[in-house]
Amino acid sequence: MSWRHELMAVYTIWLRDVIRFSRDRTRILAALGQPILFLVIFGVGLSPAISDLGGGELDYTAFLFPGIIAMAVLFTAVFSAVSIVWDREFGFLKEVLVAPVSRVSVALGKVAGGSTVALFQGVLMLLLAPLLGIPLTPAQILVLLLLMWLTAATMTSLGVLFAARTRSMEGFHMIINFVMMPVFFLSGAFFPLRGVPLWMEWLARLDPMTYGVDPIRQVLLQHRVSEAVLATLRLYPIAVDVVVLIAFWMLFLVPAVWAFARTE
Amino acid sequence: MKAIEARDLVRRFGDLIAVNGVTFDVEQGEIFGFLGPNGAGKTTTINMLCTLLRPTAGTARVAGYDVCTQPAAVRRSIGLVFQDPSLDEQLTAWENLRFHAMLYGMQRSDFERRAQELLAMVELADRTHDLVRTFSGGMKRRLEIVRGLLHVPRVLFLDEPTLGLDPQTRRHIWDYIFRLREKENVTIFLTTHYMEEAEHADRIAIIDHGRIIALDTPENLKATVGGDVIHVRTSDPTRAVERLRTRLQVEPRVVDGVVMVELPQGERMVPQVVQVLSNGDPPLEVQSISLRRPTLEDVFIKLTGRAIRDEGADSMARMRMAVRSRRRH
Ligand SMILES: Nc1ncnc2c1ncn2[C@@H]1O[C@H](COP(=O)(O)OP(=O)(O)OP(=O)(O)O)[C@@H](O)[C@H]1O
Ligand SMILES: [Mg+2]
Repeated sequence: MSWRHELMAVYTIWLRDVIRFSRDRTRILAALGQPILFLVIFGVGLSPAISDLGGGELDYTAFLFPGIIAMAVLFTAVFSAVSIVWDREFGFLKEVLVAPVSRVSVALGKVAGGSTVALFQGVLMLLLAPLLGIPLTPAQILVLLLLMWLTAATMTSLGVLFAARTRSMEGFHMIINFVMMPVFFLSGAFFPLRGVPLWMEWLARLDPMTYGVDPIRQVLLQHRVSEAVLATLRLYPIAVDVVVLIAFWMLFLVPAVWAFARTE
Repeated sequence: MKAIEARDLVRRFGDLIAVNGVTFDVEQGEIFGFLGPNGAGKTTTINMLCTLLRPTAGTARVAGYDVCTQPAAVRRSIGLVFQDPSLDEQLTAWENLRFHAMLYGMQRSDFERRAQELLAMVELADRTHDLVRTFSGGMKRRLEIVRGLLHVPRVLFLDEPTLGLDPQTRRHIWDYIFRLREKENVTIFLTTHYMEEAEHADRIAIIDHGRIIALDTPENLKATVGGDVIHVRTSDPTRAVERLRTRLQVEPRVVDGVVMVELPQGERMVPQVVQVLSNGDPPLEVQSISLRRPTLEDVFIKLTGRAIRDEGADSMARMRMAVRSRRRH
């Protein structure tokens, strides 16, 4: 089959996910509500206890905000892959699998759809920045969009990898809870990873999310704190984060596509 | 070239042998039916022919392509109406059809013309832009059929296509299928529980426990049931069988408490049957007696000693269950 047709297939799968998402107001609100809840409760609750970030220059809520954006992206991305399990249970997957399109295209369409939806949630969260006194320039926004998209694509691929072999919703939720919570908590979203015990530092290094939170935080707080404070928050140069994220993305995407192509 | 060639197809699920060495050919332009009870292996066979399941053993070619080594070419040649629901309920009817057309690379103008024509045929034209979630079970089924017929494949698989539909809609759909075959020489492979629907097929394979136990035209199959079939309800089926056997030299059988006798020229024998039963010692009460031309059901009973059952209201209930239960393929 021609390239054009396969591209059309990717587009079809993508479009379906986007249409379904846009119709599901509750899902959008729920996906927004949870990060905001975290931001408000932890931000307000922990700010007094953690007041010496960047020599007092940075309040905890502003520190947490990039982590929460990453969280919104992560959760939406991984949960969008659940639609594969759902489609399997409710039959639609058969319609797609019996169509004359390559399963690689179907998997890529799923990743594209999930990434788009997750990026959209990230953008919604980003709209809160002015409320938190975080100034943003158009250039920053552009870079943030790219970073959020890359994080979304990486995490959606991880979700598809799990979903491709999972037969039941229950199974999928189990995996998600086992994987997603540590991924989220160890990523440096909640607390600075500088000065944690070595074992935790190593776990954080293995956590793909670390390389999403780190650059998003650096770019987001660029004009909020001084260069000196920013340097204390930085784990890696942004370019390194991006390269590692792309590596993780491929590490998840290739087996995800492969696993999906082999499903019966 | 045959439209379908299946050779010794086997599929196991763990210890269970769902399809146990099935061999048959289907000619191009033929309507070929699979008839058999629940769990006989009909859907499993279709899934193997459609590349959704890998055969455990055996081979099959569809439209000339091997289902194991050329699945992409097979998928380009076929269309499929699934037994279980497979629509996206969060989308509108039109969106479901449009996505299908996109996946099958249809021209936009072709798609719109055929979609409108088919939606009108199944009387869904006025619900085109409603979410499928708001459809009744029968409406969803009709939409599935529209989707399966949308692109014109070379081989069309219909797995219990008209399950739970009213007779009028079933007739419309069959008219359409016949026209499709006439105009486009589409080969049709169908499974069904409806006997009268099976009669539409050029040839029928009767399948039970994963094996084909008979394969012929409906007429020839029915001809194997020597003559007419008399059904008798009596107070004591066991004695009735005994007495008919000794006095009339026939081989009756009992299915669900009903005594069934195959007889040539059945209408002449009815009085004799009544007489034999009620004039013996003790006299048996004949509660009801009926005579009919043999049906495919009788063929199945003759071959297996069991009824296929599961018709009408039963199928409807089963379809509802399928809608609710989270069935895997
Ligand atoms: N995915 C599966 N895993 C395990 N067993 C299966 C699976 N699919 C089918 N079976 C079993 O294989 C046998 C044949 O099932 P199949 O669906 O082919 O029957 P069928 O002839 O289509 O029946 P029906 O008339 O009820 O649709 C059944 O015993 C069924 O339980
Ligand atoms: Mg079946």
